[in-house]
Amino acid sequence: MRISMDIELKDIPGQLVQALKPVSDLGGNIISVLHQRDKKTASGRIPVQLVFEMEESRLDRLVEKLKAKGMHVVSIGKERLKDSMVVILIGHIVHSDIRDTIERIDSTGFAEVVGLSLSMPGVDKKSSAALVLSAIGKKELKEALRILEETATKKGIMIISPI
Amino acid sequence: MRAGEKIKTVRISIVGFGHVGSGVAEVVMRKHDEILRKHGLDLRIVGIADLKGAIVDEGGLNRDEIARFGAGGALLDMSSLELIREIEHEVMVEATPTNVTNGEPGLTHIITALNSNRHVVTSNKGPLALEYRKLMELAERKGRELRFEATVGGAMPLISLIRENLAGNGITAIRGILNGTCNYILTRMTNENLPYEHVLREAQEIGIAESDPSKDVEGIDTAVKLVILANSVFGMDATYRDVRVQGITEITPDALKLARDAGYAIKLIGDVDIDGRLEVAPRLVPVSDPLNVGGTLNVATIRTDLAGDITVIGKGAGPIEAASAILSDIIAIYS
Repeated sequence: MRISMDIELKDIPGQLVQALKPVSDLGGNIISVLHQRDKKTASGRIPVQLVFEMEESRLDRLVEKLKAKGMHVVSIGKERLKDSMVVILIGHIVHSDIRDTIERIDSTGFAEVVGLSLSMPGVDKKSSAALVLSAIGKKELKEALRILEETATKKGIMIISPI
Repeated sequence: MRAGEKIKTVRISIVGFGHVGSGVAEVVMRKHDEILRKHGLDLRIVGIADLKGAIVDEGGLNRDEIARFGAGGALLDMSSLELIREIEHEVMVEATPTNVTNGEPGLTHIITALNSNRHVVTSNKGPLALEYRKLMELAERKGRELRFEATVGGAMPLISLIRENLAGNGITAIRGILNGTCNYILTRMTNENLPYEHVLREAQEIGIAESDPSKDVEGIDTAVKLVILANSVFGMDATYRDVRVQGITEITPDALKLARDAGYAIKLIGDVDIDGRLEVAPRLVPVSDPLNVGGTLNVATIRTDLAGDITVIGKGAGPIEAASAILSDIIAIYS
């Protein structure tokens, strides 16, 4: 999972290395480090913004290690779902219970329906919808599309996916 | 033509004299002198046959004779198969309509021509979509060529581009719009926000869709072309029945609008790759993608291992476009 973290370091030499080491020790992969020396806090600390990939289960241990070294962890942001795809649906979408379709995707834990625009021209006419799928990775996104296609086929809904 | 090269006379028969067959007769006449000058080939049409009968002139038919045949006059009591077998010629052009159920009558025409030691150039998709391997093996055994550029993408040089110009490249996938009727309908629905039925009727009135449009709009035509690519480029032994096919009849103007709002166009895409994917379905094509062409145009992106992606765009349908592809095939046999 991709994690962004704001920490504050004491203004003494070697602090940045001390902060990054536990991330790699715990198997994390550092993507970006923003060391903002010119934006000292009121207490004289230096804010650093880290972005890294790491298993979510190790995050608590990382925070403990950083605190033990006297660093302040100000905020943690999780960018869980990083791959998205738009899919168009055509059919009796509402009548065939779109909520059930969405729940099947959301219940996977690795993918979610994050957007839906629906257009319903008339009671007995077919509706069209644009659905945005997001997942934690490309492979998971493909699997989410497969689940959607499987559900849709059973309900007689047509799925149009990107090339 | 280089000095000292001999002129070669190439005698041609045309079997099936609808739009494509008569288009071939027209371009062979129109381009005769130019082809003689450039390629040293003296192309002569020595026989034409279709359901109503045949005409033959072993020295070469002239425009008037061909026009009379087109109008239904001056017929010999000779069948297509008799013409293929008995009249001496080098190249048989097979231009009867596509039949994906059993490939006939084109299949028998092609087999008979190869067995009579004629080269075959065809625009007929049926025989190739059903019996590709058998026909290619027969051609090889007979030491004759069976060429079919006109079957996929009309005038768009797809098969010869891959075989000749991209020789040495591994082809990993081909995807594209292979049916101009569907492209026209979807383009018009998108631009004018009109329902499918309305645009279909309009396309029928101006001759872009046939009175029975099912082959086009249900994706069958695209599937048949995809099979020909699968077999000829990827060495598969697929038939039309192996393709997953979905057509465009269910597409709504709302869906097109939702897609456009998200940055996509909906196109009927044929998709074949080296892993055996064989699928025809409406797909979302990013507006900025080279595959996003409008009107009746055809387009294909060839994914290669060395040259990257190469996209060809051209007129897919029309008798002169098909005749252009057939003429290129005839010249290619002798070059």
